[in-house]
Amino acid sequence: MKYALFLGCTIPVRGQNYEISARRVAKELGIEFEDIKEFSCCGFPIKSIDKEAQLLISARNLAIAEERGLDIITLCNACTITLQEAKMELDGDEELKRKINEKLKKIGKEYKGTVKVRHFARFLYEDYTVDKIKEKVKKPLSNIKAAAHYGCHFIRPTEVYRDFDDPEHPESLDKLIEATGAKSPDYPDKQRCCGGGILGIKEEDALLMTKEKLDDIKEVGADCMISICPFCSIMYDGNQKKIEKTYETEYKIPVLYYPQLLGLALGISAEELGFKQNRVKAKKFLEKVEGNGS
Amino acid sequence: MEEVIDLSKLDKDFKYQVVREPGGEGLLSCFACGTCAASCPVREIDDRFNPRRLIRMAILGMKDRVLQDEFIYLCSGCYLCQERCPQDVGITELMTALRNIAVREGYLHPSFKAQLEFVYEFGRLYELTEFENKKRKKNGLPELNAVIDEVKTLLKEAGLSKFVEVKE
Ligand code: SF4
Ligand code: SF4
Ligand code: SF4
Repeated sequence: MKYALFLGCTIPVRGQNYEISARRVAKELGIEFEDIKEFSCCGFPIKSIDKEAQLLISARNLAIAEERGLDIITLCNACTITLQEAKMELDGDEELKRKINEKLKKIGKEYKGTVKVRHFARFLYEDYTVDKIKEKVKKPLSNIKAAAHYGCHFIRPTEVYRDFDDPEHPESLDKLIEATGAKSPDYPDKQRCCGGGILGIKEEDALLMTKEKLDDIKEVGADCMISICPFCSIMYDGNQKKIEKTYETEYKIPVLYYPQLLGLALGISAEELGFKQNRVKAKKFLEKVEGNGS
Repeated sequence: MEEVIDLSKLDKDFKYQVVREPGGEGLLSCFACGTCAASCPVREIDDRFNPRRLIRMAILGMKDRVLQDEFIYLCSGCYLCQERCPQDVGITELMTALRNIAVREGYLHPSFKAQLEFVYEFGRLYELTEFENKKRKKNGLPELNAVIDEVKTLLKEAGLSKFVEVKE
């Protein structure tokens, strides 16, 4: 089956290791992605300015996938919530849909409601299934402790993700991590937000939120942290050094995108999974993975 | 809030304005239980931010304070309050509603303005320069369109061009 890969804004520029590893893993698992150059920003940054304008941008992206008869797979949590919420709102309100389509006519598009949107991690969990992933694992990462960070918009709000994981005690990402043979430890306040949403508003508050979770993850002695969203990774990976400096502490916790972890377990080399672009160097972690034997 | 509220500055209709705004519908159901404030990770580290207090202020009609203070921008959008609110106030969406009202009243936070300008100009939050596309190619990734013009058309259609200062 073929899916339209929706990259959003952040991944192609600031999360290429996510994109590289997701594509590589998909290839390994026989999942086909189609690239659509016309896709734009999902609309997320516009929601705080003008809800209707956001819907227009979101609906345009949805309509483009519909024209090609493809369902969408996203990698970014913010893209996922934005597109899925837009779909929910438009499908549930004929009057709103008519209003939005009236404006989409200007660019010759129409949103019908046939498209489905899924985060890649959710797709792996629900559609591909954990059992099938386990079958494909060639190199179980049994000596690795990988701390899951879901990110708020992967599971909340309930209104958008009603038929998915528990909004406060989710297990999907933990199960996906365990499928690689690694352990997914519990740690306090697993649901804590990365703070990314207010990085541009008040950096010190945002980084303090990031710090709290890094402290908790350090405490449980995890070898790495697993993210499924470029915003979260910017906070934990991109800003880790800055937090270490500001608070005179040390973490050195590699932050991997889930497909990077899965890729290793599938026997793909770190090089092919974009590890070079991880900000917190994963050298030691990768040595530990290697020392694992098979 | 220690200062005395100046009653003459209260806008009695503000709460209805909020309720009419998409996302603001639940405002009046709040019975001030404080669950949202207790759940809020931003409040935990910065106690000047408090969703319950913001809701009280909105209900009382402290329109200027609500729209001009940095409060409504400090919500990180984690939805924990919204999940736990016993009255289904929909607090995270309420923040969006308040931000949208502020924009319509002429105030656009500089951080959002900068984002709007990028999305307007390029159709993306970041400029995808030739350099970036080369880097993508080197990494075995497909090149992407640098500009998606239709987004500008839609943002104009939505009346947002007046906030944008970019060269045409
Ligand atoms: S959410 Fe952000 S990263 Fe994702 S597409 Fe939209 S603007 Fe881009
Ligand atoms: S949790 Fe809901 S009802 Fe309680 S104070 Fe907050 S908004 Fe009001
Ligand atoms: S959604 Fe906003 S107000 Fe609600 S708990 Fe999260 S940060 Fe606080």
